[in-house]
Amino acid sequence: MFAAAAIALVVALALTVARALLGPTVFDRVLGANTIGTLAVCLMAVYGFLTERPEFLDVAIVYAFLNVLSTLAILKFFRFGSLGDPEDDEPAPRLETRP
Amino acid sequence: MSLAADILGWAFILAGSFFTVVGAFGLIRMPDLYTRLHASGVLDPFGVSLILIGLMFQAGFTLVTVKLAFLVLLLLFTSPVACHALARAALHREVKPLLDDERSSSSKR
Repeated sequence: MFAAAAIALVVALALTVARALLGPTVFDRVLGANTIGTLAVCLMAVYGFLTERPEFLDVAIVYAFLNVLSTLAILKFFRFGSLGDPEDDEPAPRLETRP
Repeated sequence: MSLAADILGWAFILAGSFFTVVGAFGLIRMPDLYTRLHASGVLDPFGVSLILIGLMFQAGFTLVTVKLAFLVLLLLFTSPVACHALARAALHREVKPLLDDERSSSSKR
């Protein structure tokens, strides 16, 4: 039955990868990347139960932290054009935000 | 492990798997970014948290349960924050929501 949950997570992961590759705007790709990270966290936890090695949960916790931090950093870059470095006053890059 | 906790855990895991797959289909099928954010809300905190709560019932009372509870709380706090930041950043870069009249006119074309 853990295998059923793992299969459902892998199917969802495949669909999310398709959205991250297709996505017309850059924010669709960021949404896909964030969702891939969350699904990977859950898949790690389920895989730890599947192989009866719960050490994977530690990796999952660290990965959850890294996932949300990287998403916020990427969004700050795409919103303001920089990461907030005071010496970096280049203009914002033009992105294709329209489909 | 008692039978009731076992059945409850499997019910949570099956419900979580269902909502995860439904959210992923919504992520593919929805027409624009903001509706895809809604589908991601079905998948991202809700389905994944249900699966992790089911795993908590399966684990019994050990350190694994504490780690899973911490993971569920972390996801429940951070994933709405990431979703909100994504919507605000998209509005700031002027990604327009798809309105109903535009959608009906584009489907006639």
